[in-house]
Amino acid sequence: MSAPPTAAGRYVGERVLRKEDTRLLTGRSVFVDDVVVAGMLHAAFVRSQIARGKIKSMDLAAARLLPGVRAVLTAQDLGPYSTQLSTFHMRDVGGPRVRPLSVDYVTYVGDPVAIVIAESRYIAEDAAGLVLVDYEAEQPVVTIDDAKTGAPVHPAWESNVAAVDQTPDNPDFEKIFAGAAHVVTGAIKHQRIAQSTMETRGVLSTPHGENELTIHIGCQSPHAAARCISLTFGMPETHIRVIAKDVGGGFGLKSQPWREEIAAIAASMVLKRPVKWIEDRLEALTSSNAAREQECTVRMAFDGDAKLLGVDVEYAINNGAYPHMPDAGSAVRLFFPGPYRLRNFRFKGHGWHTNTVGLGGYRGPWAMEALARETVLDIAARRIGIDPIEIRRRNLLTAADQPFTTPTGIPMEDVTPLECLDQLLKVFDLGAFRAEQAAARAEGRYLGLGVATYVEPTAAVGIDPLWSDVAQIRIEQSGKVTATLSTHSQGHGTETTMAQIIAERLGVRLEDVSIHQDDSTRGGFGPGAAGSRQAVIGGGAAIKAADILVEKIKRIAAHVLNANPDDVRLEAGLVRVTGTEEVSRTMCEIAQIAYVEPHRLPADMEMGLEAQYRYRPSSYFTHASAAHACIVAIDAETGFVKIKRWICSEDCGVLINPAIVEGQIAGGVAQGIGEILLEEMSFDSSGNPTAVTFKDYMLPTEADVPDFEYIHITTPSKSVGGFRGVGEGGIIISAPTLVNAIKDALTPFNVSWEHIELPLTPSRIIKFMESVAA
Amino acid sequence: MSEHQIQTVINGQNVQARIEARLTLSDFLRVNVGYTGVHVGCEHGVCGACTVIVDGRAVRSCLMLAVQAEGATIITVEGLTPQDGALHPVQRALRDAHGLQCGFCTPGIVMTLAALTAGDERPSAETLINALSGHLCRCTGYQGMRRAVKALAAGELTERDHS
Repeated sequence: MSAPPTAAGRYVGERVLRKEDTRLLTGRSVFVDDVVVAGMLHAAFVRSQIARGKIKSMDLAAARLLPGVRAVLTAQDLGPYSTQLSTFHMRDVGGPRVRPLSVDYVTYVGDPVAIVIAESRYIAEDAAGLVLVDYEAEQPVVTIDDAKTGAPVHPAWESNVAAVDQTPDNPDFEKIFAGAAHVVTGAIKHQRIAQSTMETRGVLSTPHGENELTIHIGCQSPHAAARCISLTFGMPETHIRVIAKDVGGGFGLKSQPWREEIAAIAASMVLKRPVKWIEDRLEALTSSNAAREQECTVRMAFDGDAKLLGVDVEYAINNGAYPHMPDAGSAVRLFFPGPYRLRNFRFKGHGWHTNTVGLGGYRGPWAMEALARETVLDIAARRIGIDPIEIRRRNLLTAADQPFTTPTGIPMEDVTPLECLDQLLKVFDLGAFRAEQAAARAEGRYLGLGVATYVEPTAAVGIDPLWSDVAQIRIEQSGKVTATLSTHSQGHGTETTMAQIIAERLGVRLEDVSIHQDDSTRGGFGPGAAGSRQAVIGGGAAIKAADILVEKIKRIAAHVLNANPDDVRLEAGLVRVTGTEEVSRTMCEIAQIAYVEPHRLPADMEMGLEAQYRYRPSSYFTHASAAHACIVAIDAETGFVKIKRWICSEDCGVLINPAIVEGQIAGGVAQGIGEILLEEMSFDSSGNPTAVTFKDYMLPTEADVPDFEYIHITTPSKSVGGFRGVGEGGIIISAPTLVNAIKDALTPFNVSWEHIELPLTPSRIIKFMESVAA
Repeated sequence: MSEHQIQTVINGQNVQARIEARLTLSDFLRVNVGYTGVHVGCEHGVCGACTVIVDGRAVRSCLMLAVQAEGATIITVEGLTPQDGALHPVQRALRDAHGLQCGFCTPGIVMTLAALTAGDERPSAETLINALSGHLCRCTGYQGMRRAVKALAAGELTERDHS
C-alpha cells in the first residue's frame, strides 16, 4: 500500500504521501474550535422561528439576568458594526442589503435577530431560549412558484426577481427549431443541497491593541476572509490577522464570512472580548446558505443526422432571502454549450427571492449546465434511435474543430472529451454490457449504463479576483525551504502538491520543503479554493518563484566554483557542476554564502535566497475534460438503485499527485451520487426546514459509493506547469452520468423522462415504473 | 443543574472532575481535558467524528454524558499514538491509502477501526467496511478508507512504522 519510491528528484506526477496527514491522523490538527484564548466567551444566536414577519418586540430581560451571560445584543446594540456585509467578489454585486443581525423584519426560519454572549455555549443556548420575540407573522413565499406571485420578500422591492440573465435576441432562433428534423424537450427540478462540510462554520475573534483583530475562522482563504472583514467594517486589512490552519471542508459554503461570523466578530469588538461561535449541525442545516434548487427546461433541435442545431434553455433558481450573491444562472449560461459543435444558443434565467435561507456556493455552482444538457442529449438519442454514445460522437468538438468559440464566447482550444470517451471505451466493453443487460432484462433485472461527457472550466473561470496567486519561497541558511503561498486547503492537500512542485524545481528532498498558507499576514493576497484554480495558478506561481531561485543558485555556484551557470544542476539537495569530477556544494553551503558571505557573491547580486512571483495564467479559462460511465442495477420491487461500476476518464493536464487528483474526483462523484439519490434540504409550506439532522438530510455513506476506476489523459495546458484544475468536475459530471444510467435501466418501462424531479429516491423510481405500467 | 464528581482514566492519565450532569462526554474531553482530536460533527450520533474508545469499545462521545464515564478508561486519538511518535497501524493504513482529505471525520474513523482491530482481533475486511458505513465523510467518497481497511484486514500493517 505504501507509495512507490520516487525516482531521484522527481516529485511531480508521483503518488507521494500527504504532508498534512500525520497531524490530522493523530489529533494534532488545529480546526477553529480547537483554538482557545484567555477570557474567551461563547456565542449563540436567537433565530427567527417564522419564515416572514415583523418583529414587534423583543424581551431580553430574562436572558440578560441568567448567571454567566455577559451580553445579549441586537442589531441596535452592534451600533456601527451593524454594517452591510462584503462578498467574495469584493465589489458591489447588487442584491438586498445584508446585515449581521436583522433589525425589525425577518425573512427566513433561522434569521438571526440577537446574539447571546456567555461564559459557555451551554449557558449561551440556555439564554437564547429565554429571549421572547413577538412577531407579526406574514404569509411566506417558499418555492420559486410562490415567488412569482407572492408579496416581495424584501418589502422595499417591486418583485421577487433577484436577478435576470439572458442571451441577446436572435430573430432566427425559432426558425432553426421550426426547420429541425427533431426537437426534444426535457425539464429537471433540482432540490436544494446543504454543502454539509463535516466541520461546520465557526469563528473566534480576538480584539486587541488599537482596533486590531486576530480571527480564527473556517474559510476557503485567510486572505479573502481578511479582505471581506476589512471591507465590511471599514478597517485596514493589515489590522486583521486571519488564521486558518485546518478547515474541515468548504465546498463553496465558506467562500466568505457571512452573517453569523460577522455578528460574532462585531460582538467581540463591541464587548472588547474574545468571542467564539461554532455552528452546530441544526444551525448548519437551517441557517447556512445552501445551494442549487433550480428548475431547468431545455429544448434541443437536431438535423436528420442527429447533429445539434440549437439549444434553448429556461432556467430559474431560488436565491432565498439573502444570497451570497444574486444569481440568475450567468455561469450556467456561459458553460451550457459545453464541448459541443453548437452555434445557436438561447438562455433565459431568473433568480427569485423567497423566504428561505440564502443561496450559497456549492462545488460546481453551474453544474446544471451539464446535468440538463447531458440528460436531454440522452432523451434525444433514444428519440432519434441512436446510442447515447453515438450522439456524443457526432456532436463533440474534435481536435480538428479547435480552436472553436462557443456561442457564449468561451474559447475551446485544447479540450479532449472525445479522447476521454475513446479511452473509456477501451476499458469498458459496450457490446458485452448490452448483451448482459438484455439477458438481465429477460430475468426481470434492470441494469443501466450511463455516459456523460463535459469540460470543466478551471483556474480563473472568468472571475477576475480568481486570476492570480503569489508564491514566496525562501531557502533558509539551514538549506531548508519554506514557501508561503496564497493558496489554501480545506482538504485539497496543497501543502503536499505545492511542496512537490517546489522540491522538484529546486532539486531538494520533499521533506525539506514546508508550505505555509494558513495566515493572512504571512503572505500576499490570494482567493484560495474556488473555481478549481489552485493547482493551475498556485502551481504556476510556485514554479515561477522557484525558477528565480534556481537562476540565482546557479549563478552563485558558477561564481564560487568558477564554472558556467548553464553547467550547474540542482539535484538531491546538491548543487553540481556538470563535466567536472564531483564538484558540488550542498544547498546549505550555497545559502550560507548568500546570507552571510556577500563577498563570495557575484558583484551585482543581492544577498539572500528569497523569491516572490505573482502568477496570472495567460488564459481566462483552463479547461479540463472528462467522460464518465456508470452501471446501475435497479430493484424493480423496491426502486433501490445500486451502483455496480463507475469509470472516470479525465484529462486534467499534467498530474501533480495522481492520488490527490483521484481524491478530488472521488469526493465530487460521491457528492453527485448524494445529489441524485439521497440529499434534499426540504421545507414545509410555512417555510420550516424539515431535514435538520443527518438522519433526515441523508449524505452518501460508504455503502452508497462504489469503487471508482480512473483513466488519466495528460494533455498539458498552456499555463506554466501544464496543469488543469480538477476540483469540481467530479460532482458536475457524476450527476448526469448517474441519471442517464437510471434512465437506461428503466428503458423497458418507456418512461418519457421529460420531467425529472431530484432526488431520484426509491419511491420516485417506483412511481416512474408504475406510471407507465398503469 | 446538578453537579457530579467523576473519576476516569483518559489516555493513561487519571482525571478527576466536577461537572454538570448535562455535559456531553465529547465536550468534556475537548473543553475540560483538552483532547481536541475528538471532533464534534453533528451532536446527534450520526456522523461518527466524535468516536472514542471507552472501556475497549468504540463509542460516540456526543451521545454519552460525561457523568456516565465514571470509572471508565477512555482513549482518544491523541492517546492512540505511542510516545515514540510511531503511527498506529490504522493511522498508517489510512495515510498510505490517501484515506483522508480535510481530516475532520478522520479521528472518529481511526478510533472505530482501532477498537475493532485491538489486541488479537483480526476482523474481516467486510466487518471493517460495515463499520465504516457508520461514519460520514464529505471529502473522499470513502475510496482510500476502503483500501486502508482491506490492507488492515490482509494483515499488511501489523508492524508499527516509524516514519
